[in-house]
Amino acid sequence: MALIELCGVERVFHLGDSTVNALARIDVSIDSGEYVAIMGPSGSGKSTLLNLLGLLDRPDAGTYRLEGRDVTTLSPDEQAAVRSRRIGFVFQSFHLVPRLTAAENIALPMMLAGIAASERTRRVDQALKDFGLNQRADHRPDQLSGGQRQRVAIARATIMQPAVLLADEPTGNLDRTTGDEVIHLLETLNAGGVTLIIVTHDPKLGVRARRQLVMEDGALKHDSARLPDAPVG
Amino acid sequence: MRFADILRFARDAAAGYPLRTFLSVLAMAIGVAAVVVLTALGDGARRYVVGQFSSLGSNLVIVLPGRSATGGFNPANAITKTPRDLTNDDAAGLLRLVPVQRVAPLFVGNSEISVGGRLREAVVAGTTASYFDIRNFEIAQGKVLPDEDWNRVIPVAVIGRKIQEEVFGNQPAVGQFVRLGDRRVRVIGVLKPTGQGLGMNTDEVVFVPVALAQSMFNSSTLFRILVEARGRNQIEDAKREVLTLLKARHGGEEDVTVITQDAVLATFDKLLRALTAAVAGIAAISLAVAGILVMNVMLVAVTQRTAEIGLLKAHGARGRTIRQAFLAEAAMISVVGAFAGYLLGQLGAFMLRKAFPVFPAYPPDWAVIAALATALTTGLLFGIMPARRAARMDPVQALMKY
Repeated sequence: MALIELCGVERVFHLGDSTVNALARIDVSIDSGEYVAIMGPSGSGKSTLLNLLGLLDRPDAGTYRLEGRDVTTLSPDEQAAVRSRRIGFVFQSFHLVPRLTAAENIALPMMLAGIAASERTRRVDQALKDFGLNQRADHRPDQLSGGQRQRVAIARATIMQPAVLLADEPTGNLDRTTGDEVIHLLETLNAGGVTLIIVTHDPKLGVRARRQLVMEDGALKHDSARLPDAPVG
Repeated sequence: MRFADILRFARDAAAGYPLRTFLSVLAMAIGVAAVVVLTALGDGARRYVVGQFSSLGSNLVIVLPGRSATGGFNPANAITKTPRDLTNDDAAGLLRLVPVQRVAPLFVGNSEISVGGRLREAVVAGTTASYFDIRNFEIAQGKVLPDEDWNRVIPVAVIGRKIQEEVFGNQPAVGQFVRLGDRRVRVIGVLKPTGQGLGMNTDEVVFVPVALAQSMFNSSTLFRILVEARGRNQIEDAKREVLTLLKARHGGEEDVTVITQDAVLATFDKLLRALTAAVAGIAAISLAVAGILVMNVMLVAVTQRTAEIGLLKAHGARGRTIRQAFLAEAAMISVVGAFAGYLLGQLGAFMLRKAFPVFPAYPPDWAVIAALATALTTGLLFGIMPARRAARMDPVQALMKY
């Protein structure tokens, strides 16, 4: 059974009188443990797709099954629960809460989920060790380097042990070397079993993924899993 | 999200913007402090007035010669001399009434007191020993007037504090002879300072036995008769019986006025309570303003933290969690502001009391509780709208604000 199954998904935005088909009849299926890159030019609908996959947005038509369960019909609170337990987000500009320390930022999803403080401390300590952030636990985001910030963000995204990790241009605000480190980190996590979906317009990053989805004008133009002989771009 | 975590999160959020938080706390504090100080002033005025009346003595019924209200034409007025005088015998007669505890006649005249060439104008009050009991006067030196037959002329005097200071200076007064008008009297006592009461400053009064005063001024007409009822609930009985007896003694004519201290006191009490409530109401407006300010601050907070709200939603926060977090922040600002204001107000009232020791500027309990409750309620009430706005925010839009 596929982890993610999109079936005829559409998303339409209304801008004044005109309507924009941000997503037009997307059919895609992603298995557990896959490493997928969503690529395409700006405005191609890749961010909209990622928001849909992350349950931050609802499709206007079609169904989205996550782990076999139709999540499009869930109530906002039920969707929040799914986001909490099954989905991790990594953003281009890290999105750390500036007033919280690295440790507190990592603990945030657990605090929102109502996990006891002792359990939080235990898991945060482990995460700090795993991500090489031991020395930075009590630093605020503005005291951290870009790479460290993104590592904190990744630690936060994975602290609830989600099934899917959604990364939106995770290296967009980093230099080449730090960006590579972050990608390595994400790939290590993928190797550990987490499904990794990265949105990027950097082809170098895209080819590292085992599967590429190329978007154009809201449609899925290319899926390397379906058409292995088509060019990657 | 756990309750303790919500509180901690809200606290950190409030502390994250210190100036903004400080200003809204200050607004709330000033509102509460205004209520506390203004009601302290109002209630202090009430206590002051009540205290002044109470210093007249408790359960007091005062008899004045003459009718205060006209009762229409009375044929008796045409032939008799009215009002008939109040006399010592009238006063003595009142002692026989059951609800009456004590009676003191009061005769008042102006004269001069002199000793060793020092001369001073003084109010001469002719009365009896019971007057000092009724008025709760305390003796600083010596003793009060002798408890003798009211009609005996005894040449002694009890003087007020100011008279003693001005006529004797540092010399001992008790046992000394003074000239009072054309009489020579011996000072047997000095009163402790008492202040204003019954329209005259007691510190500037020379008290002498009533018969002496009447013979000095060659008149038997009393200024007042002070009657003390046996208890608070007997004041009305005493008033009625005093009136009946005096009417009977004066040939069936009601030519005296009987007032009770209670009635006057109750009127003032009611008046000043209303004043305090009005002042509290005015001060409460500042609390409403503070509440609106908290709302503004929270709306700004929601806008400033839009991205954070999106992030929290992305990480699984439910709408309710976000609503609670913002509401908790508004509540915290209000609680801290209310308590700071309470302390500030108490400090203000304390300084008022220090500056004016005679003025009992204590805020009434009801006002303090109402101020705190109103502050918390407005803070929470005005916090609801921003919190709801935050909770309803679309996460995709919110995340774009980073």
